[in-house]
Formats: sequence, structure tokens, C-alpha cells
Amino acid sequence: MSTSPALSLAFDETRRRGGLLTGLLSSDLPRSRALSFILLAIFVLLAATPFLFSGSQPVGTAAKICVFIVLVASYDLLLGYSGIVSFAHTMFYGIGGYGIAIALERISPTWGSVAIGLVSALALSALLAVAIGLLSLRVRAIFFSMITLAVASAAAVLASQLSDITGGEDGLSFQLPPALRPAFRVLSEPVFGTMINGRLLAYYLVFVVSLVVFLLLLRIVNSPFGRVLQAIRENEFRAEALGYRVVAYRTAASVISALAATAAGALMALWLRYNGPDTTLSFSIMIDILLMVVIGGMGTMYGAVIGAAVFVLAQSYLQVLMGAGSAALAGIPLLPNLIHPDRWLLWLGALFIISVYAFPGGIVGRLRQSKS
Amino acid sequence: MSDMAAQPSAPAELPSAKTDWLPLLLIPALGLLALPFVGSPSTWVTLTVAGLAMGMMIFLMASGLTLVFGLMDIINFGHGVFISLGAYATLLVLGPLAGWATADSIGLNLALLALCILVAMGVTALAGAVFERVIVRPVYGSHLKQILVTMGGLIVTEQLIHALWGASPIPIPLPQSLRGAFVLGDIVMERYRVVAVIIGLVVFVGMQLLLNRTRIGLLIRAGVENPEMVEALGYRIRRLFVSVFIAGSALAGLGGVMWAFYRQTLTAGMGMEVMVLVFIVIIIGGLGSVGGCFVGSILVALVANYVGFIEPKLALISNILVMALVLIWRPQGLFPVARR
Amino acid sequence: MTEPLLQLSGVHTHIGPYHILHGVDFTVPAGELTMLLGRNGAGKTTTLRTIMGLWQASSGNIRFDGSDITTRSTPDIARAGIAYVPEAMGIFTDLTVRENIVLAARSGPVDKNRLDWILGLFPALKRFWNLPAGNLSGGQKQMLAIARAIAEPRRLLLIDEPTKGLAPVMVRSMIEAFRALKSSGETILLVEQNFYAASALGDNVVVMDDGRIVHSGAMSDLVADKDMQQRLLGLSLDAHQ
Repeated sequence: MSTSPALSLAFDETRRRGGLLTGLLSSDLPRSRALSFILLAIFVLLAATPFLFSGSQPVGTAAKICVFIVLVASYDLLLGYSGIVSFAHTMFYGIGGYGIAIALERISPTWGSVAIGLVSALALSALLAVAIGLLSLRVRAIFFSMITLAVASAAAVLASQLSDITGGEDGLSFQLPPALRPAFRVLSEPVFGTMINGRLLAYYLVFVVSLVVFLLLLRIVNSPFGRVLQAIRENEFRAEALGYRVVAYRTAASVISALAATAAGALMALWLRYNGPDTTLSFSIMIDILLMVVIGGMGTMYGAVIGAAVFVLAQSYLQVLMGAGSAALAGIPLLPNLIHPDRWLLWLGALFIISVYAFPGGIVGRLRQSKS
Repeated sequence: MSDMAAQPSAPAELPSAKTDWLPLLLIPALGLLALPFVGSPSTWVTLTVAGLAMGMMIFLMASGLTLVFGLMDIINFGHGVFISLGAYATLLVLGPLAGWATADSIGLNLALLALCILVAMGVTALAGAVFERVIVRPVYGSHLKQILVTMGGLIVTEQLIHALWGASPIPIPLPQSLRGAFVLGDIVMERYRVVAVIIGLVVFVGMQLLLNRTRIGLLIRAGVENPEMVEALGYRIRRLFVSVFIAGSALAGLGGVMWAFYRQTLTAGMGMEVMVLVFIVIIIGGLGSVGGCFVGSILVALVANYVGFIEPKLALISNILVMALVLIWRPQGLFPVARR
Repeated sequence: MTEPLLQLSGVHTHIGPYHILHGVDFTVPAGELTMLLGRNGAGKTTTLRTIMGLWQASSGNIRFDGSDITTRSTPDIARAGIAYVPEAMGIFTDLTVRENIVLAARSGPVDKNRLDWILGLFPALKRFWNLPAGNLSGGQKQMLAIARAIAEPRRLLLIDEPTKGLAPVMVRSMIEAFRALKSSGETILLVEQNFYAASALGDNVVVMDDGRIVHSGAMSDLVADKDMQQRLLGLSLDAHQ
């Protein structure tokens, strides 16, 4: 696909004019018109969801996308930029969720508790990430994958065992600080037909914090630190020979990634007013994260945005489509089973495998390629 | 090995071979250590037998994985799905031959178990061959891609199990004469666990004989240490690797059958659940070491059983602790495999 | 003149982004011992590995015994009759000395007389016969590596720096062993840094520098011509004498 000179000039113009935008994006621009358009669309839709759609379902979906963008982007820092596979990402996500849930439920539904919960969760995550990193990254990167899997499953067991603290399998429901409750009214009159209440504030809290954390992660991967990580990913021995302490860099990456995941977990708990093993700790969420980052595009950060949006939407709408297909094929052996709505993971799994083989850059990589 | 005609006369004094006994001593040491905490000797025997049975099952599931890794430096995160597949394959036998399970005949009951094992190993060997060809072969050389793509294989195969056999858990009955326990005085040993220990030991001894007494075994051991040199000697290591991959899948299938009858319930995720233990075991044993895998399996299972009795809440965390301690002692595992 | 046993023509080899061999041409005549000399990094090991198929030549061709082996796999090349002793020796330390030799004899049991001959060349191996090869000293491992290469008759032996890091007494017994191999009619391509060892053994000599052949001819000519030694081998000659 070739672009006409006039068009590409126009594109360059916008790029030059976007000084502020370039700064916000740490000079790591989407580098594809289609990608820029999609990202912009996702941004606008997420920013305006409460005013565009009615009912609680779309806002809930939008909040979930916001949180998953942070969760997946922080995972991309590890997988895509550092080349290490962790299976403990949901553990950190869970720690964030439990931090908020335990503080708000056990202490008081106030902003002070939110702060206490968040800070203790971040501290615990950092500590665990350092411990795992030092224990396993020292030997071989492959140990890290297996050990994180073991530690994460132990954490899940622990969370369900220590029911006095965590609420066990039932999890914890809690009250939010008054300003985030639906009953809290900022304005007495609705704006564009939408009530400006605590629930709306909660959504924008999730949205803004997610945006800020995402931009921070983008800044980190484009910093000298991020470039060293990529050098290590490309050639560990060469980086070591150049004098970089590989273990220290990898451990630092896993700590940063863990902190961001913890923040995402905290946001998710705040939004749901609940935290339990199934919402943040389960292994199936870990699988979801893997699918999102690989399908979206590893090592691109923007892949997290696309992956999370596509995945969360597919979760809601692909199933409807498959349900229709399955019903249409009723009577044929096995086929209806294969496209049964519950089997949507089968197809995403297949897409995942094909992505790893054929499109290591995922959707973002494809879009950037077709541009040139 | 019989094909070695020549045997030079043994010289008077031989330099002694260094055998690493320390890790082997861990098992009896652990048993003795647990005895005073458990208290009653009869409970201790019951726990120990249960631990050994558990250990043998983990060993069956883990041994193939560690060999595959040693030979080709390939880590298969989808290995767990062969465990599930082996477990579900029992349904192919239990369906038509349900009568053999309830028959009051040890012969028929054991024949049923043997048939289940055979069918499951056949199914998982076949699945292993397909998995190797489709999933693993395109990503040789890249650990990152291997982990991702084999995870993908796991997701898809688990979903296929759901599509074929349904998503809800399926209860499977233990054959009649394998239920209940042997009682010797106040010592209680569940029959099925004793059977599991016997099968595990048979497989372990068989593997040791294969690895130490046959040319194939020599090639596998040599290949784990230096695959390139095995090729330079004129052997096609790819073919060897594919056979080991298939054999490892079949062993996982066998482990899956044993595990299924132990739990008496089938779920597609059962393999992945036990993979956590499998990974811990092969890390503890030293990646690529069959002996280490055996010792590691028993160690982990015994610790889990003793701790589960003494302080139940710590049981599942105990594995992580064992692993951390072993890695602090020997960062490459109990029996580090020499590589190039 | 009959065709040489091994012939390399215009062989180029790349390893990752690096271009190591830049058009290597030389021949190894049957029944003779050819020395491959050159300083560190000249491409000697790469040449052996390329012949063996462990690295693939990016262009050029390699003919062995009348057929083209350039693109064949390592096991096929070994089966065509080439034995390889790498610089790191490639001993299986976990296997016993006996098991190492059993594996090297692809076609079945080792011939009794041949084994006696081999153990006559390297008597030390007899003492460690049933012990893991990891217990051997460096020199003994080198002996095992060579014993393994000749466990069955092969057409050509490729041997990479067998005297590297060995004590002088070991070097001497290694040279004796090569003399014996030579007199039994083996064809050998030997990489060597030690010019003393090389000049004592070689019928022919090939000198490499920077991935190219800079000289090839009879060893006796090189031994006689001090100027040429200085020019071709430079410091590497003095360093080992």
C-alpha cells in the first residue's frame, strides 16, 4: 500500500505539530494511520462512554477495558520488552485488589484506607517481585516462568485458605468512600442526559489513572532503561559483556511491571466494589492476559490497548455470534460443539498460536507493516 | 550391554567413581524428621505410603517433560494437557466395559486398569506426535515462543476436550477391588495407593534399565549432555527427540490415568493443576535429570503429606518452601545436568 | 591424478551476521595427513565445522569421496565416513569410557582386535574403562575423543587442536599416536597451533588467515623455508617453540 505524497505530507505535518502529544507519548508514536485512527477511536469512546451509552453494562465494559489496558501493558513490559515470561502477573493484580478490599472492608470506607491499602499492596508486590527475581532470574530465564507459575498458584491457594483476612472463596464486598458512591451527586441536573454522580466519578477515576499509568509505562519503555531491557532481550550475553547487570535490570523490570499490575488490581476492586479469587487471582485471567498481549502485539505497548479492547469486546460479543452459528449447525455431530459460545477460547487460542508463528508483532505489527 | 564383545581385564586398583549420595539421603532424613512431629508410627506409615504413591504419580507425569527438556532444550508448558487427555481416554474403556469395574473379580478389575492405561498411552502418544509436529517443531530455539505457543496448544486442547466430552466434571469409579484399604494392625494403607506405588516403581526401574542398558538409552543420556556430538557421531537426534517426546506424552497419559482414578473425577484443567507440582519437581531435580525427577517427586509429595497432617494450611505452600530451600542449596537442582 | 578424498571449493560460511569463511579452497589427499594451520580466529574450527555440516556453507561446495556433501545433514556426513573430534572434545562425561566407545561404533559391537589396537595406542583408557568419562584428565579425555573417532574404520578424521592445553609429555604421546594412525593408512585433517607438532606429522600443509587460504603445499617445503614460516605464521611459530 503506497501513500500519495500529499497525504504523507499531511501526516508528517500533524506529527510535527503534535509537540505536546509527542511528549505525552514519549515520541513513541503509533507509526501507522490505521493504528492511530483505531487508538484515537478507542480513546474517545472510553473517554465518552458514560455520555454515549445508557445503562450500566457499557460503562462496566469500558472500565474493564481501561483496567486491562494497564494490566496488559505492564505485562508487555516483561514479555515484549524484557523477553521473560511470568505467570505471576495475576498474583500482583490480586494483591492490588485485596489491598483495597481488605483496607476498605476492615478499616473504613475512606480515602485514607484507599491510600493505606494501595501503599501496602504496592510494597508487598515490590518485595515479592524482588524475591522471585533474585531467586530465579539468576539461573535461567526459563526458571522464572516455572517458578512464577508455582508461586502464583501458591498465592491463589493462600488467598482462599486465609479466609479470615481475604474472605476465602467468597471474596470481599465493601463500601467505597462517599464521593464514589452512586448516591453522591455533584450536580443536581443531568448533563447530556447523564447523572454526574459518584459512580461517574469512579469511572473517571479508573479512566484517568489507567491513562496516566499507561503513559508512564510508555515513557519507561522509551527511556534508556527500556532500551537496555531490549538489548538484554536481543542478546543477553552481549549486554552482560557491555557491563549491564542483566539480573538487576530484569528484576527492576519485573518490579515495575508488578507495581503497575497492582495498581490495575486496585482500580478493578474500586470499580467492582468487590474482590475475590475469580476476579483477580485466577489462572484463567493469566491466560487472558497472554492472549491479549500476543494478539495485540508484543513489545509495542499499543498492542495492550488493541488487545484489551478486542478481547473484552470479543468476550461479550463473539459469544453471541458463535451462539447463532452453533444453533444454525444443530444436528451436525461435533461441529455445533466447536462453535458453541462457551468454546470461544478455542478460537482465540488458535488465533494466539497463529499470531506467535506468523505475526509476532500481533495486530499492531500488522498495521504498521501494511502502512509501508 | 551385550554388544560390547571386548572387555579388557580389570586393573588391580580402580579410581573410585564419585556418586552423589547426598540428595538421595534427603528422603530417609525427611521421613525420620517427620516421625516425631507426626507422633504415632502407624499414622506415619499411612502418610508415608500415601506420599510415595503421590510421588510416583508426579514422577510419571514429570519424567517425560524433563527428558524432552534435557534432549532438545525445549520446555513444553502444554505437557499438562496430555495428563488430562490420558485421564479422559479412560472413558473410552470405562464406557463399553463398565461391568469390569463393578465385577467382583480382581483379575477383571486389574485388566480394566491395564486396558485404561494402554488406551490412554496410545491416545496421548498420538496426541504427542501431533503436538510435536504442529505446535513445537516450528519454534525450536526460542524459549519465549515455546512457552507461548505450548500454552496456546494447552488452551486449544483443553477446549477440544470440553467440546468432545463436555465441560462439566465427570465422575469415574475406581474398580471394585482397588477400593478400600489394607489393614495391618493399626497401619492403614489404601489399596489404590499401593498399586500406584508398584506401577510407579515398575516404570522407574524400566526407565533406568532403558537408559543405562540399551543403546537408545545411551543415546538419550549422551544427547542430553551434548546433542551436537551425538549428531557428529552419525545419529539423527531429531528422530530420537521425537520418540522421546512421544514416549514422554504417553507417560503423562499413564500418569493421567493414575491421577484420574485417584481423584475419581475428570476435569479438563486437572492436568494444568498438577503441572505446578510437576514444574517444582523438575526444577528441584535438575532440568533434564530423570533420577533427580524421581527424588524430587518423592520429596515434594512426602513433604506435602507430612505438612498436610501437621499443619494443613501450609501444605500447598510447603512445595514452594522445599523448592526455595533446594535452590538455595543447589541453584541448578539436586542433580545438575552437565551441558557442553 | 585421482580425485582427492576431500575437496573444498569457494566455501563461504556465515555465522549469524558474521562472515567467517571467504571462499576457502583446498584438498585433502587420501592416505595422507594434512595440517590446517593459522592463527586464532583464522577460521580453522569454522572450516572443520562447515565440512561436518554443523554450520552450513552459504556458498561454494564440499566434495567428499566423489559426492557433494555441502548441504547434507551432520549425521549423513558422519555416515559417509567422516569422524570429527571437536576442540572441546565432546566427551559424554556422564557415560563411562566404555559407553562412549560403544556409541561411536554405530554398526554394532566393537571389533575385538580393533579395540585392542586402540587401547594399545591409549593404554590409559583401559584403567578407566567402566568409570564415567567425567573422571578423566584433560589428556585422557583427548585420548578418548580420538579413540572414539577410530572405534570403527572411517574414511577421514577431522581433529581440532588435539594438543591444546596438554602437558609436553602428553603432547609427545599424542604425536606418537598420530604417527601410528598415519602409518596404518588413515586420512587425517588436523588443526594445530603447535608448529612443532605439526611439522613432525604433516605430509601437507594448508595455512589460513582471516577466513582465506594463504598457502598450501608440502609440509617439507614449509619446514625448509624459514622466511615463509615467518611470513605465514608470524608470531604463532615463535610462541610455541
